[in-house]
Amino acid sequence: MLKDITLGQFYPVDSFVHRLDPRIKIILTFAFIVGVFLGGTLWAYIPVIAFIYLAAKAAHLPIKMLLKGLKPLRFILIFTFVLNLFFSGGDTVLVKLWFIVISKEGLMTAIRFSARLVFLVTGASLLTLTTSPVVLTDGLERLLSPLRKIGFPAHELAMMMTIALRFIPTLLEEADKIMKAQMARGADFESGNIMQRAKAMIPLLVPLFVSAFRRAGDLAMAMEARCYHGGEGRTRMRVLKITKNDWIAVAVVAAMIVLTSLL
Amino acid sequence: MPIVIENMSHVYQPGSPFKADALTDISLTIEDGELLALIGHTGSGKSTLAQHLNGLLQPTSGRVLVNGQDINEKGTNRRALRQQVGLLFQYAEYQLFEETVYKDIAFGPKNQGLTGDELDRRVREAFALVHLPEDCLEKSPFELSGGQMRRVALAGVLAMKPSVLVLDEPIAGLDPRGREELMQIIDELHDKGVTIVLISHNMDDVARMATKVAVLDKGCLAMHGTPREVFSRGDELEKMGLDVPQTVQLCRQLRRGGMDVPDCLTDEELAQAIVSALKGGKADA
Repeated sequence: MLKDITLGQFYPVDSFVHRLDPRIKIILTFAFIVGVFLGGTLWAYIPVIAFIYLAAKAAHLPIKMLLKGLKPLRFILIFTFVLNLFFSGGDTVLVKLWFIVISKEGLMTAIRFSARLVFLVTGASLLTLTTSPVVLTDGLERLLSPLRKIGFPAHELAMMMTIALRFIPTLLEEADKIMKAQMARGADFESGNIMQRAKAMIPLLVPLFVSAFRRAGDLAMAMEARCYHGGEGRTRMRVLKITKNDWIAVAVVAAMIVLTSLL
Repeated sequence: MPIVIENMSHVYQPGSPFKADALTDISLTIEDGELLALIGHTGSGKSTLAQHLNGLLQPTSGRVLVNGQDINEKGTNRRALRQQVGLLFQYAEYQLFEETVYKDIAFGPKNQGLTGDELDRRVREAFALVHLPEDCLEKSPFELSGGQMRRVALAGVLAMKPSVLVLDEPIAGLDPRGREELMQIIDELHDKGVTIVLISHNMDDVARMATKVAVLDKGCLAMHGTPREVFSRGDELEKMGLDVPQTVQLCRQLRRGGMDVPDCLTDEELAQAIVSALKGGKADA
């Protein structure tokens, strides 16, 4: 039921890619996205596809898992493809059917744009599948920390994100439990019109809110009891370090980008 | 309304890296009027089993028959089933949501379609069963103490008049007095003829109240029998990380010290056994 919702969708195995420094992974993901846009021809996508495939292999990710991230995007993908196919203009007409004109240029643009979308999503999925949310926010905090000088609350933001991510599974579990408890008392969450369904959520939402606030209070207390006072002077248990492997990853992505922009 | 479980297995998130075998090949029959205690170490699958009894979870394989009817067959009336098999979750006080205790208890019977006098009667009957002060009925459930809230939640289940009541660790986190009161309520319900499935870590309560005990170990049914049968296998229970009742513990220590006493479940029985062991020396206890 609710447990099927995968958020953050981290795939917990140990691999070369999983062990990479999160900062490097975040930067490389952005570099990858830029790289994808540098490629103009269809040939340029061969290194991109090869890279995604190799990265997935190196991360011990099933390709199926990677493609699952595309499912919510299928309508946008189809829409992008169709729109570009019919309305790009171009001189070399391939098919002409009444008012529908498909040109060679249109077909190319359609493929290019859809392919780019697919690459963007799989590239981002590579990051989220191989990096646990906590490590990810840690990396993000470190990357954003130079901005602290201009008053950007990097630590607070990262802490908020970490806590929010940490509590998603907890709250989902709680929601699942309360839902079941109310179902055991004959509640029906699945049938009825929108109004009835909205009303049926009250027995779920009220206890969920009560417990979320209770948890928030408890957590604040527990943090204060352990002398939490923001990011100032805080040391870390896991110090991020750039290793040889990170440089190898940088080199691979750089190679991919160069190849893509040349082809 | 007997419940028969046939070769039931349950796997959480099959086919994913988070796959976990929660229950493996469980066969168990719960007879009418029984008080079955379900014991097992944390994570042994007790709660998962409990949620199969009223169809909140569906077995990955195997069947659950309530009154001879497979509850996971298509076209089963789930709502009617959940009325017959009431389930009180762990920390049930967190399910309360209404403005008043009265309204919260009425939630279940209302979902059954009851209205007016019948509804009112059900609520008051259920409320009377859990021994709360009369003025609680119009209070907000959030004003009550934890133990009282849990009893309100129990009343909410009882208001549906279930013939089988499944209780998932009903005394967890309560103070000694709250525990005592709740166990008394359960005892009274059992006397009224309600079949009870009780998940508990308190072996003394189990020894005192249960007519049958089922032991789960890592998702498998390790033992099933009367409390006497089950608690006579103390060594095995300890290996599963489970206790035996204090009376049985004492008996075992006495035997180790050379006194000839059998395993006793109640205080009276134990006193008798010690007396006759002291009197008769090595005579039969």
